[in-house]
Amino acid sequence: MKIIIVGCGKIGTSIISSLVEEGNDVVAIDNNQAVIDEIGNIYDVMCVCGNGADCETLEEAGVSKAELFIAVTASDELNMLCCFMAERMGAKHTIARIRNPEYNYNNLNFIRKKLGLTVSINPEWMTAQELYNMLKLPAAVKIETFSGGNLEMIELLLKPDSALDGMSLIDLRRKYKGNFLICAVQREDRVYIPDGNFVLKSGDKIGLTAAQNEIQKLLKTLGIVQKSARDVVILGASRIAYYLAKRLLSSGNSVKVIDHDEKRCKEFADMLPEAIVICGDGAEQELLLEEGIDSTDAFVALTGTDELNILISIFAHSRNVPKVISKVNRNELAQMAMHLGLDCIVSPKKTVSDIVSRYARALRNSVGSNIETLYKLMDGSVEALEFNVSPDFKGMEIPFKDLSLRPDILIAGIIRARKAIIPTGNDMILPGDRVVVIASGQQMLDLSDILK
Amino acid sequence: MNKKYVFFLFGRIAQTIAALMLLPALVAVIYNEYKCLSAFLITAVFSVVLGTVIAFCCRTDNRVIYAKEGFAIVAIAWIGLSLIGALPFVISGEIPSYVDALFETVSGFTTTGSTILTDIEALSRSMLFWRSFTHWVGGMGVLVFVMAIVSNLSERSIHIMRAEMPGPVVGKIVPRVRNTAKILYFIYIIMTVIEIILLKFGGMPWFDSIVHTFGTAGTGGFGIKGDSIGGYSNFCQIVIAVAMIFFGINFNLYYLLLIRRFRSIAKSTELWAYLAIIFVSVSVIAFNIYPIYESASDSVRLSLFQVSSIITTTGFSTADFNLWPSLSKSIILLLMCFGGCAGSTAGGLKISRVVILFKLILKELRRMLHPRAVTSVEFDGKAVDNQTLGSVATYFAVYVLCVVTAFIAISFEPFDFETNLSATLATFNNVGPGFGAVGPMGSFASYSDFSKIVFSFAMLLGRLEIFPLILALSPSVWMKKR
Repeated sequence: MKIIIVGCGKIGTSIISSLVEEGNDVVAIDNNQAVIDEIGNIYDVMCVCGNGADCETLEEAGVSKAELFIAVTASDELNMLCCFMAERMGAKHTIARIRNPEYNYNNLNFIRKKLGLTVSINPEWMTAQELYNMLKLPAAVKIETFSGGNLEMIELLLKPDSALDGMSLIDLRRKYKGNFLICAVQREDRVYIPDGNFVLKSGDKIGLTAAQNEIQKLLKTLGIVQKSARDVVILGASRIAYYLAKRLLSSGNSVKVIDHDEKRCKEFADMLPEAIVICGDGAEQELLLEEGIDSTDAFVALTGTDELNILISIFAHSRNVPKVISKVNRNELAQMAMHLGLDCIVSPKKTVSDIVSRYARALRNSVGSNIETLYKLMDGSVEALEFNVSPDFKGMEIPFKDLSLRPDILIAGIIRARKAIIPTGNDMILPGDRVVVIASGQQMLDLSDILK
Repeated sequence: MNKKYVFFLFGRIAQTIAALMLLPALVAVIYNEYKCLSAFLITAVFSVVLGTVIAFCCRTDNRVIYAKEGFAIVAIAWIGLSLIGALPFVISGEIPSYVDALFETVSGFTTTGSTILTDIEALSRSMLFWRSFTHWVGGMGVLVFVMAIVSNLSERSIHIMRAEMPGPVVGKIVPRVRNTAKILYFIYIIMTVIEIILLKFGGMPWFDSIVHTFGTAGTGGFGIKGDSIGGYSNFCQIVIAVAMIFFGINFNLYYLLLIRRFRSIAKSTELWAYLAIIFVSVSVIAFNIYPIYESASDSVRLSLFQVSSIITTTGFSTADFNLWPSLSKSIILLLMCFGGCAGSTAGGLKISRVVILFKLILKELRRMLHPRAVTSVEFDGKAVDNQTLGSVATYFAVYVLCVVTAFIAISFEPFDFETNLSATLATFNNVGPGFGAVGPMGSFASYSDFSKIVFSFAMLLGRLEIFPLILALSPSVWMKKR
């Protein structure tokens, strides 16, 4: 599939990387020659140097044959203009990054309709959403929802004294009669799709699916419950902080924001008067202690510097803050932070590139059982996909125990009539279902790919 | 340095050569030349075994390469290719000396067309075919060919393509390197087929038309007759002359033609400069040689053929231009250095570099007159960035340096100045024939083995545009871990 990407910054590069890996024909446009040269050296893409809103540049990139056009330059207005031009010149679908809250809250639908935008993405808002989910269920490292929230997939880290340590999955099933399924386990750097004989160890990162309304109960029975964060300290008055604070405040939590820039603090306070805004250097431990880091439920580091986020998070961790989340954009630093004991890391660029590659994958497969949602789990080595079952699916109405499925996949859930079913060998796929499949290693485009 | 991957690719290339050798083997079967058949088969088996062993020993999952590996792969591939490609000549006994065979093979793969054979017509058919087929393979590039057919290449194969494709800036025409390679070969094959059919239509036998088309397509210039193209009909001469001009044009333009982006083609500075240079040279030479032939149509035809043959660095001839007046010879010598367009199969400096160099000179002159002037160099309707300007100027300096070095290295030979200079330029620019003893009717046979190796090296330098070979031969690339 032909995809054009304008703007090769952090997010653009991350999108390029994931789209190229999926086997798309990617054309990258940027107006900085040095940046575009570097992209051409690293990824197998065509590079065009120029302004993405310029007809000639777009023509050189072959916009009329593009199925997907993504504008992620630093400027919202330029992104909109690029997408508008591309749409008029024949690009089938357009995605623009629009970050300014003013555009997002008041007239986004109007802008989208008038400009012919297919999707607008707002990385900061998306990241804030992810952070909010994590704070709501602090025991989990990561939470993803399928089909309007009926089925959820959570990633958990087994603590050293976990009750699950040394338990095989069959025993686990026998002991806890809950309706859940452990569908992926990450141990050190390897990821397993476990079968019944798999024995859990503390230190594992596990992914499990369960119906949403059962998750709290399940975590309680498993003994890893943790009350949701009500008192949150955010470091850095960034846009993500704004979206997150707004969301937290509106659901009745208390939020304290720390930033060293006076002007930004003032702006933040103007926009969200209910939040407590502290102007001071967040790297100063004295200040953090004074502002009660010892007694807070959660600490979120959102400054613009990865290293600072990591270091202050380690400090917060050492003060026994129950939930510490840090924003780390660079992959290699994120991995280092994990080794240092920070289990909750968010990365806006990864969030966005996951969303874009999901969208691209769904476009590639417009016929057949198409992809509804796609999540990358366990640092991207496992994918969870939700398919709409099409009537011509070959394995229809055959119990799973009689189907010959591929070895490296797992059917993690079925959503039937808005209810989540965790499948056993006797369940089967019926028309109209939505099926959640966990796959490692290969790319899935269609539900039929699960069959041998 | 990812040595494993470098040698792994070399293994793949050795396998590819073995496969390519089946074609001349087929020709040997057709013409009942069993001695040559066994020579090709022995070489093919040797090459496939060598390639498989190397590829097996060096298999690796690490396919991350950088510019350095690109240079190394290209340099090793071309040297290895020439060493293996020379074997059939020696084994069959048609060219007994290995150095001679190597010279001939390098001359073939680098699309030069210089020969050490004094009596071409004595060579067997399958050997003639192999000689010309090396032109065709070398023209577009062996690694580009490998990239088009081998799957799961490195994500960064652009480094290999850049090292092998000629021209100051190498760009892709479609997002994926592999598809770019496929499209280039597709265009190449289509143009080759068209020329074969046209030549057949003009009265050439099948064998001759195929062999001459290979020579034209790669802009090589190996013929199968003592008088090159001179003995064929005027129609064939015109077809070859026009075809040479077409093969000297940047292949990206043909792709733009296919996707109907005519405006982008019209904007190509290089194309217009190329055509203008051809037009001016043809006119001047035609006037200059009119007194010899005393026929307007003959002198225009001969002049057109020779100009297109030399500027595209092919080296076919329809007349002995050794006997032409000095003005014509000087123009021909100049055209040798210019070469064809970047991204074509032609050699030489490349027109785009020549144009940029001239504009650079103008820019410097203007800067001397107006010391505070802010200037830029325009090419294809866009300003050329300083890095490209610098690399073009550097390339020219290195080019001159290499030519001078090669020229001095061969001046121990007992030939006159004209012969030695033109021989150096003809091999370095991958043209083929020069003046004097190495003229269109002469050969390189009388040079010593040492000079032949110098020439072979010069041809490789010229084809790969100097840097890959020099960098790959410098120990620092190989010694340090990274």
